[in-house]
Amino acid sequence: MRNVKALLGKKVGMTQIFAADGTVVPVTVLEAGPCVVLEKKSQQGKDGYSAVKLGYQAAKEKHLNRPQLGFFKTIAQDPMRHIKEVRIPEKQLDEFEVGTKLEATVFEEGDIVNITAKGKGKGFSGVMKRWNFAGFRVTHGVHESYRGPGSVGCSTWPGKIWKGKKMPGQYGNKPVTAENLQIVKVLADKNLLLVKGSIPGHRNSILLVKSAPKKWKRA
Amino acid sequence: MDILLELGKEQMQREIPKFRAGDTVRVYVQIADPNAPPKVAKPGKKEKLTRIRPQMFEGVVIRRKSGGVSSTFTVRKISYGVGVERIFPVFSPRLERIEVVRYGKVRRAKLYFLRTRVGRAARLKELRTDKR
Repeated sequence: MRNVKALLGKKVGMTQIFAADGTVVPVTVLEAGPCVVLEKKSQQGKDGYSAVKLGYQAAKEKHLNRPQLGFFKTIAQDPMRHIKEVRIPEKQLDEFEVGTKLEATVFEEGDIVNITAKGKGKGFSGVMKRWNFAGFRVTHGVHESYRGPGSVGCSTWPGKIWKGKKMPGQYGNKPVTAENLQIVKVLADKNLLLVKGSIPGHRNSILLVKSAPKKWKRA
Repeated sequence: MDILLELGKEQMQREIPKFRAGDTVRVYVQIADPNAPPKVAKPGKKEKLTRIRPQMFEGVVIRRKSGGVSSTFTVRKISYGVGVERIFPVFSPRLERIEVVRYGKVRRAKLYFLRTRVGRAARLKELRTDKR
């Protein structure tokens, strides 16, 4: 397992920049960090696996409950609003110290990352939007059923609808990961990352930026 | 949004002549041409030989679309009897320069009606006194 770079951040919005050769590159601007390392977990410890806990954005004490406050008290850190645990290889644990601040400069230009965020909610959606069903013809005698699901199963056997049948329902508003996005620019002074392409979530949504395991940069 | 605006401003430092829909402009675009004399691109990280040359595109601006760095304008011309439209990003570094040839007198911002007109009907009156 290779070293993992990870940060919590916030989506700022999309814009475009001109590359050196003049081509237009669509980018999403993220505010990544500063994150604080809150806890280290080790294979040797009671947890049995290696990971770091990252915190992002300061929180007021009144917004946390007692167990949460207790956690921050034991590690002697300021309360944080968002906490996320990231698995890292055991040998990388030495890089982190509880209380260290991680800035956007963790990443560099050209890194390939995965970005996880809660996608935009689409509400209760039909099968055409949710599962890409084709729907029906609008002419040639089809009536009142242009966007319906069609048949949902068989007859006496099995006498039920199979579990997992694709049907209308809540769509979106749950975590989505965009894989293998390239970091185009790192603006260290403002803690901003510019990532090529679009990412899940609305503006200001909280995201996890993590190096992409499928595209390790060869050293 | 402020962050996005700020990011855009860094790339909007170029000087662009004032023009609007209805004006005739000459746009000098850099194109890749293997026959062009070799030129060392901006002395920077890597010295890369590029064969680029400016190509002129002259026509009527039929639309300006504003949006910070993403602003574009569309130029329409008739080339060998065929209407050709090109969309340029206003702040593209590939645009060497923009020359305004003629100020047109128009009463709307988007001149899509020119697409259905040919020849004499597609002419625009010239604005002689430069009020802008």
